[in-house]
Amino acid sequence: MIKHEQIETNAGLLIALTMIVISIGGLVEIVPLFFIEDTIEKVEGVRPYTPLELRGRDIYQREGCYLCHSQMIRPFRDEMLRYGHYSLAAESQYDHPFQWGSKRTGPDLGRVGGKYSNEWHVAHLLGPRDVVPGSIMPNYPWLLENDLPYSDIQDRLRALRTAGVPYSANQEEYEANVERFGEEVAGQLDILNAEENLVGQALNGNYDGNRGRITEMDAIVAYLQVLGTMVDFGQYDQGYFVEFR
Amino acid sequence: MSESQKQDAQKQGAVQTTGHAWDGDLQEFNNPLPNWWVWSFYATVVFALIYWVLYPAWPVASTYTKGVMNTITFTNDAGEQVETHWNTRALLLRDMQEGQHAVRSREYMEQVAAASYDEILADEEMLAFTRSVARGLFGDNCAACHGAGGAGVMGLFPNLVDDDWLWGGSVEEIQYTLAEGRMGFMPAFRETFDDQQLDSVASYVLSLSGHEVDAGLAASGNQIFQGEAGGCYYCHTSEGTGMKSQGAPNLTDNIWTVADVPGAQDHDARMAAVKKVIREGVVREMPAWQDRLSEDQIRLLTVYVHQLGGGQ
Repeated sequence: MIKHEQIETNAGLLIALTMIVISIGGLVEIVPLFFIEDTIEKVEGVRPYTPLELRGRDIYQREGCYLCHSQMIRPFRDEMLRYGHYSLAAESQYDHPFQWGSKRTGPDLGRVGGKYSNEWHVAHLLGPRDVVPGSIMPNYPWLLENDLPYSDIQDRLRALRTAGVPYSANQEEYEANVERFGEEVAGQLDILNAEENLVGQALNGNYDGNRGRITEMDAIVAYLQVLGTMVDFGQYDQGYFVEFR
Repeated sequence: MSESQKQDAQKQGAVQTTGHAWDGDLQEFNNPLPNWWVWSFYATVVFALIYWVLYPAWPVASTYTKGVMNTITFTNDAGEQVETHWNTRALLLRDMQEGQHAVRSREYMEQVAAASYDEILADEEMLAFTRSVARGLFGDNCAACHGAGGAGVMGLFPNLVDDDWLWGGSVEEIQYTLAEGRMGFMPAFRETFDDQQLDSVASYVLSLSGHEVDAGLAASGNQIFQGEAGGCYYCHTSEGTGMKSQGAPNLTDNIWTVADVPGAQDHDARMAAVKKVIREGVVREMPAWQDRLSEDQIRLLTVYVHQLGGGQ
């Protein structure tokens, strides 16, 4: 039996035992989630981000949006009434890292996609108080000034592919994606066409209202507009998601 | 403190120490924890044991212990009663179905859903309920563009507080606008008009609402407005009074929703504001809300918006 004094006078032993004690908390809460079958709900529609949306997500992280905005609607009545259906684990399965957040200085953005028009988002990001007088959100004018750098988009997709996101790097993976997500989405997830896809979506979508250029605004608005829109909750029974908890 | 002194102190039982000394006289007290603390600690242990039995707790292979004697019953979409182990999602469902607030709000909702707009507008209690629910809906869904009070943003989002309606101010028209959305469009005339023609048309448009303008310019603007060169009358009508089916505003009432004429200090600024709109055109979209809001919610908002400004 180790005595109190032995631990206290032996720094190495003290560190080792402290780490064991602290890691138990993490281990019992996190590790089982990898083995419990119901952790990720089985739903249709959730897909990895398109190249443009992914660049928007990068900008979202760069600007620290997550410091004030969460992306996790909790299963409470008041949150359902305000934001919509509670977030599912399945909806952030391709997020690395996820943007759940733990602080709401601004509203939750888990289902902001499709709620406002592109023009509104542009006006709001340039000057939040132009559209929401009481807002304390900073202005982000450079999003419309900066051209979106996307020459490294293939590398970004490859990095996520390493983390398990199904972007396809060869014919076999592409066909698996066609099977899983349908042809249109699979095309967007093809790493070799990433640059074309990004440019195509930005020009077609014209998210920033400036057709000639692809700005950071294009990317972040494309990202915001897809948040929380992938699952069609209309096709599931209210009780379906209960089975996963 | 010397070794003998230390032993003396312990003999007296005044202060228990851990028994070792650093730097000759630094010692560590070893007082027992207060009883209230120790018993509170044991109580939390007992609480945890009971909790483990009653609630979902321990992972076991690919599943977990679900808790015993602790179920929640809710109604699924098919109307069947479903009993499940305790979990927050089922708790929420039950709260949305049977919770005190949910039940009361549903009672009112059913009453309002069954009533016609005229009946709602005439009934003090239904109107109060509608205002209170719709205020929340408006704040969450509409205020982002139209402002918390509905005053809109000049040039971008229409003012809902005044009694001027681009797409009509009757309850039926407001409901249609909310459910189906609207696409406001005026073509850009930058390719069609030269500077002279722009000045003319802008002068004519300003003259319609009683502004003092160059009579010569206004006269030639009138020609363009009413003729095929501009074709403005298609939507704004020959009198300039607008057309609700196109969302074309009345140009004669001096209420401005796109060109910032009220904010202009002098004649030149007013001309510039009007010319900007003619040159660049207008594309404004009111999204359709029928997929996001329920039919009842749209009805509540219709009444609310109708009440905000002078509903017609």
